[in-house]
Amino acid sequence: MKITLEEVEYVADLARLEVSSEEKEQLTHQMNRILLYMEKLNELDTTDVVPTSHAIDLRNAFREDVVRESLHRVDSLENAPESNDEEFVVPRII
Amino acid sequence: MELYRLTIHEMRSLLDSGEVTAEAVTRSIFERIRRLEPEVAAYITLLHESAMEQARYWDQRGYQDREAVLAGIPLAVKDVICTKGVRTTCGSRILADFIPPFDSTVAEKLKRAGCILLGKTNMDEFAMGSSNENSAFTSTRNPWSLDHIPGGSSGGSAAAVSADECIAAMGSDTGGSIRQPASHCGVVGLKPTYGRVSRYGLVAFASSFDQIGPITKDVTDAAILLNVIAGYDRRDSTSVPAKRPDYTQSLVEGLQGITVGIPRQYFVEGMDLEVDRSAREAIRILEHLGAKAVDVSLPHTEYGVAAYYIIAPCEASSNLARYDGVKYGYRSRDGKTLMEMYRKSRSQGFGPEVKRRIMLGTYALSAGYYDAYYKKASQVRTLIREDFLEVFKQCQVLVTPVAPTPAFALGEKVDDPLQMYLSDVFTLPASLAGIPGLAVPCGCSSYGLPIGLQILAPHFEEGLALRVGYNLEKNTDVHHRHPPLD
Repeated sequence: MKITLEEVEYVADLARLEVSSEEKEQLTHQMNRILLYMEKLNELDTTDVVPTSHAIDLRNAFREDVVRESLHRVDSLENAPESNDEEFVVPRII
Repeated sequence: MELYRLTIHEMRSLLDSGEVTAEAVTRSIFERIRRLEPEVAAYITLLHESAMEQARYWDQRGYQDREAVLAGIPLAVKDVICTKGVRTTCGSRILADFIPPFDSTVAEKLKRAGCILLGKTNMDEFAMGSSNENSAFTSTRNPWSLDHIPGGSSGGSAAAVSADECIAAMGSDTGGSIRQPASHCGVVGLKPTYGRVSRYGLVAFASSFDQIGPITKDVTDAAILLNVIAGYDRRDSTSVPAKRPDYTQSLVEGLQGITVGIPRQYFVEGMDLEVDRSAREAIRILEHLGAKAVDVSLPHTEYGVAAYYIIAPCEASSNLARYDGVKYGYRSRDGKTLMEMYRKSRSQGFGPEVKRRIMLGTYALSAGYYDAYYKKASQVRTLIREDFLEVFKQCQVLVTPVAPTPAFALGEKVDDPLQMYLSDVFTLPASLAGIPGLAVPCGCSSYGLPIGLQILAPHFEEGLALRVGYNLEKNTDVHHRHPPLD
C-alpha cells in the first residue's frame, strides 16, 4: 500500500479539493496502482545525477526593470465571477 | 473540385492566381463541418460569421502582400491557445465561459500572417489525456472509424484536419498530444523543440514540456506553419533567442548522407504487429532513398512513462492552483467562506482526470515525498535526455512508431488511467528531453486505422525531421488516402 485513504484525504485538503467518500476510495485505489508503477524508477541508481528541470540550456532571462503597458483594469475584471468594477469580490474573510 | 480538401500550399497558389476565393473555400469547409460535426465533434466553438467576414476581407484586399503567407487560409486552433475575444475553454468546465482579454503570441502571429480562424477545437481537459474522452464538452471521434478515439489531447485538431473540416490546425504537445492524435488520424503533426515557439497565452499544463505546433495534411504545410509561429518572444522567458531558419528550405534536399537511428527499445516484443511492420517498411523506403539505417540504443526508454507521470502532474498541480474562482473561471455559489468557495469551485469545475493529476502532483511534492518522487524523476529525466544527446552522435534523426497500437476503441481505457498513461510510451521520452518530433502517416491497419511514424531530431533541428518526413511522404501513397466519411 503506497497511499492510504487518510493520506488521500490529507492531499485533497492540500490541493483544495473536496472529494466524496466514493471518489476517495477510487482515488486511493488508482493512486496506489500508479504509485506502485512509479517504483520502477528505483531500479536506477541516480546518486550523482543532477536533476533536470529544464531540457534546454538557458541562463536566467533578465530584462530591464521598466514599466510597460499591461492589461487595463476593466479588461482584467471582465472575466471575474464577481467584481465591483474596481476590485475582485470574494466571500467575507474577516 | 472539393475545395475543403486543399492544403495550405495548394490553396495559397490558387488564391494568388485568382482561381479560387477564400470565401468559396471557407464556405465549402463550413458546409462540410455542418454535415460531419454531429458525428466527428472536432470543435468546441465555431466562428462561422467572423470567418466568412475575414474571407471576404482578404478576397477584397487581394493577395499581393508577400508577408501575409496565410492570407485567406482557414485554420482551426486548439482550445488551449488564447484568442482575444473568443472563448477559450481548455476543454474544462472551469473555463467554460472564459473569454481571453489578450491574444497568445501564436494567435497574434497567425493573425498577422492573415489566417482565417474557423473555430476552437476539442481537447482533453487541460490537455490531460490521450483519447479526448476527458473533455468536459464532447468526445471527438476518429474520422477513420467513428467508434475509435482520435487520440489526445489535440484530438479535435487532428480529427478536424483528417476530416477536412479545416485546411490545417494548431495543437499543443506536452507528452505526445500533437504526435499521437496526428498518428491516429492519419495526418502530420510536429512538436517543436521546447523553447522554439512562444508559450505566452498557451494555458499552462506542465510548463517545462508544453509546446505549440502544427497539425497538417502534409509535411510542407507543417514547415509553412512552423515558419509563422517559431521565434523568440520576450513575453515567454523560456523561449529561446535562436534564429529561425526557413523550414520550407529543408524540404528541397534528399536523403543522401542522412543516417537514421533505429532505437531498439521502440521495437519491442508484444507491440502491435501491424505498427511494427509499417514502421519497418517506412525505414526500408528511407534506406531505398539513400538514408543509412543504424541500430541504436536509448537504454532509459522504459523509465519515460514513470518519470513523465510524476513530473508533469507536479507541474500541473502547481499551475492549476490558480483556478480559485476569484479572477476568472467558474465559481461555485455554494461556498460561504473563502476556503469553502475555493474547494467547491475547484471540485465542481475540474473533471476526474484533472483532479487525479492534481492529487498525484500534490502528493509527490508534499513534505517527505519530494525526494522520492519529484527529485528522482527529474534525475531520470537527465538520464533520458543524455541518452538522446549520446545517440545523436551516431545518427542525425531517430525513427520510431508514434504509438504502440493504432487508435483504440472509445471507452476502452477510460476507467484505467495507468493503461492510458502507458499508451504514451513512445512519445514521452522526446518530451522529457525537449527535442522535436514529427509524426507522419506510414501505414494502415487491416481494420482501416492509420499508423504513424515518429521522426525525432536533436534540439532545434526541426528541419532535419521535416526533410526526412517529406521524402517519406513523397514516396508513399498513404497520405493521399481519405477517411471513409463520404
